[in-house]
Amino acid sequence: MKKTYKIEVDCANCANLMEETTKKVEGVANAVVNFMALKMTVEFAEGADDKAVMKNVLKACRKVEPDCEIEF
Amino acid sequence: MNRKQKKMLIRIITAAAALAALFFIPVTGILRLALYLAVYIEIGYDILLKAGRGIINGRVFDENFLMAIATVGTFALAIYDRSGDYNEAIAVMLFYQVGELFQSYAIGKSRRSISALMDIRPDYANIEKDGNLEQVDPDEVEVGSIIIVRPGEKVPIDGVIIEGKTSLDTAALTGESIPRTASEGDEVISGCINMTGLIKVRTTREFGESTVSKILELVEESGAHKSKSENFISRFARVYTPAVCLTALALAVIPPLIRIIFLSTAGEWNIWIYRALTFLVISCPCALVISIPLTFFAGIGGASREGILVKGSDYLEALSKTGYVVFDKTGTLTKGVFEVTEVNAVSVKGLLYGSKAASHNECHFSKETGDDAAGKILLEYAALAESASSHPIGRSIINAYGGEIDRSRVTDIEEISGHGIVARVDGLQVAAGNIRMMKLLNVECEPSEVLMSDKVRHDCRSRLFESIDCRLPDDGITDCSSSGEAGPINRKEGTVVYISVNGSYAGNIIISDVVKPSAAEAIRSLKNAGVKKTVMLTGDVKNVADSVAAGLGIDEVRAELLPGDKVKELERLISEKETDRQKLVFAGDGINDAPVLIRADIGIAMGALGSDAAIEAADVVLMDDDPLKIAKAVRISRKCMGIVYQNIVFALVIKFACLLLGALGIANMWYAIFADVGVMVIAVLNAIRALRVKNT
Repeated sequence: MKKTYKIEVDCANCANLMEETTKKVEGVANAVVNFMALKMTVEFAEGADDKAVMKNVLKACRKVEPDCEIEF
Repeated sequence: MNRKQKKMLIRIITAAAALAALFFIPVTGILRLALYLAVYIEIGYDILLKAGRGIINGRVFDENFLMAIATVGTFALAIYDRSGDYNEAIAVMLFYQVGELFQSYAIGKSRRSISALMDIRPDYANIEKDGNLEQVDPDEVEVGSIIIVRPGEKVPIDGVIIEGKTSLDTAALTGESIPRTASEGDEVISGCINMTGLIKVRTTREFGESTVSKILELVEESGAHKSKSENFISRFARVYTPAVCLTALALAVIPPLIRIIFLSTAGEWNIWIYRALTFLVISCPCALVISIPLTFFAGIGGASREGILVKGSDYLEALSKTGYVVFDKTGTLTKGVFEVTEVNAVSVKGLLYGSKAASHNECHFSKETGDDAAGKILLEYAALAESASSHPIGRSIINAYGGEIDRSRVTDIEEISGHGIVARVDGLQVAAGNIRMMKLLNVECEPSEVLMSDKVRHDCRSRLFESIDCRLPDDGITDCSSSGEAGPINRKEGTVVYISVNGSYAGNIIISDVVKPSAAEAIRSLKNAGVKKTVMLTGDVKNVADSVAAGLGIDEVRAELLPGDKVKELERLISEKETDRQKLVFAGDGINDAPVLIRADIGIAMGALGSDAAIEAADVVLMDDDPLKIAKAVRISRKCMGIVYQNIVFALVIKFACLLLGALGIANMWYAIFADVGVMVIAVLNAIRALRVKNT
C-alpha cells in the first residue's frame, strides 16, 4: 500500500533526513520525500496499519527535525 | 511570505536596528555585554535551541551546530579579550538568518511558480441528484457515472461527453494555450478546465486511474529518482561536515600547542580559536546542499510548464547526455491518424452540379489547392454519406469537407460491414467503401494501386468500415509521402475510399497518415543540440519508411519491423554505442511500444495523455505530441546541468579558497560570512534560472 502525505519542512537537507528516518520506521517498506512538492510518499509493509505507522513516523521525524509537520 | 518568514523578517530588522543603535550608545562593561547578549539571543535563539536538540538526539554535525559553535565561540573570545567587540558574533548569526530567510523565500517562490501544475487536482465532482447538483469527492464517483462540469470548473475524471459542447483549456496539462473544442462523443481528460459550455460527461475511469491522478503521482514521486549529482552532494556533505569540524578543532589546538612546546612562545590561543571559528562559518555546506536539488526542482518545474514531465532528476541528468535518438514513426513523426490527402474525381455525371464537373473527364484535386469543383462535390457527397459515421475514416472525410452537414439531405444510411456505407443523398444512391464494395454494387472502376505492406493492406481492408478504435494500430497505415507528384491515381500511399453515385464510379478519396509539420525541424534541432545519430523504427514497408526518413533527414531507418523486433533493434543500437556516457533516447507515442520505452536509456512517451501504460513505462512524458518538444527537453536538461555544475564548481572554489585564507589568518569573520551566506544566495539565484525555459 502506498500513500502520499503533505508535509511541512524548511530545508532540503532536513527533508532528506526525514526520508532516511522514515525508511527506518517499522512498518514502512519505502519512503520518498519530495521536498519541492512538500509531499511524502510512504509505501507500507504488508499488513501494517498506516495510521499507527504514521504516528511513529512523525515521532521519529520530529526527533531529527523538530519543526516538521506531516498531515495524516 | 508566510507567517514564519514574516516573523523572521521582523526578528532580523529588530536585531539590525538594535545593533545599529548600540553602535552609538556608549555603554561599557557588564551592561554592554548584557545588551549585546540580548540582541544575540533575540536573533539566534532558535539556532541555539536546534543545535542543542541536535546534540541530545545524537545528530552533532549539522549547520545549526556549526553556527552555534562559531557564534558562541566568537562571543566568548570577545569576552575573554575584553575587546567589547561583540558585533562579529551577532553579525554572523544575523547574516546566517538573512540567508536562511532568503533561501526559504526563494524556494517558496519557485514552488509556487510551478504550482500551476500541482493545481490541477480537482476538489469535487458534480453529480445530478433529483434535479439538483451535488458536489462529491471525485474518489467516490464510479466508472460510468454521469458528472456535470460547469464552465470554469476542472474536469475531475476522464470520460466521454454525452451532452453539450465546449472549449477546454488544456494549458495546465500540455502548455498549449489554444483551447481545444469538444462536443458530444469526444473524450475529455481530467485536469482540463471547462471554459465555455456546460457539459455532461460519462466517466470512463476511476479518479485514481484518471489522467490527473497519474500526472500528480508522477510529479509527486519524481523525488524518488535522485540524480548522481544530488547523491554526490549528499554523500559529500556527510563526509565534509565532520571533516571540517575536526579540521577546525585541529586548527584551534595544534598550532598553539606547537608554539608552546616547540617554539616556547605564547600559545596565542585566542588567535587560533578565532581562525578555527572562521573556518567553521565558511565551511557550512548549505550552498551546495540547497542549490543542487533546487536546480533540479526548478528544471523539472520549468519543463513541466512546457508540457514536458520528467520523472526524476536522474532522467533530467541522463537527458543532457543524449547522443542517440530513436523514433517510432507512426504517431511520433507522423500524425498517426487518417487525413484526406487526395481527392480524385472522375466523371461525375448525374450529380446535382454534375454539368460543370462533367467537362472534366478526370480531374485531380489536392487539399492544398482545394479549388477543384468536381473534387469538392465528390468530397461533399462522401461526407454526407458518412455523416452518421463515427469511424476514423468517415470522420476524416467529414473533417476534410469542413462545411456544415445538412443531415436532412441524407436518408437510408446503411453500413455494410467490411465494405463501406451506402446512403441516399439528395435522392441519389451514394456508396463509399473499399474495392469489395464496388464489386458488390457491380461498379466498374480501376483499382488504385496503393503502396502498402501486406499486413497493412489486410488491416485496412478488413477493418475499413468496422468500428475500430480511434487510434490506428502501430504503423497501421502507410504514408502519403509522394504527394508531391500530381496526376495519376495509382501508386499512391494510403487507404483508398471508392465512391460511386447511382451505380457509376465517381472517383476515390485517398486517406493517409501525414508527417507532422514540425517533424523535420525537430530532427534538425536535435542535430543542433549535438545528437549524434537519429534512427527511425517502423513496421511500415521499406520504401515508404525510406522516403519519410529522407524527407526528415533521419540517419538510419529500420523498416518492416514487428513489435517484438523493435526491442531487438533497440538493443542492437544500445550495444553499438561508442561510449556508455552517451544516452539513447527512444521516443514513441506509447501505443504498443511500452517494452521499447522501458528498454531505452530514456523512454519518451508522446501525447500520452490518457495512456496509463505509456505514462508508467516512460521516463519522460510529453503531454502533447509535438516532436519539437524532444529537442526542447534535451536543451532544458543541458541548461539545468550547466547550472548544477556551475554551482558545484563556484561554491567549492570559493569555499576552499576562503578556508585556506581563514586557516592562514587572512580571511576574518566577514569574509566567512560572505563565503557562507553570499555564496548560498548567489547559488540559489543561479538555481532559479533553471525555471526559465520558455526560450530554451
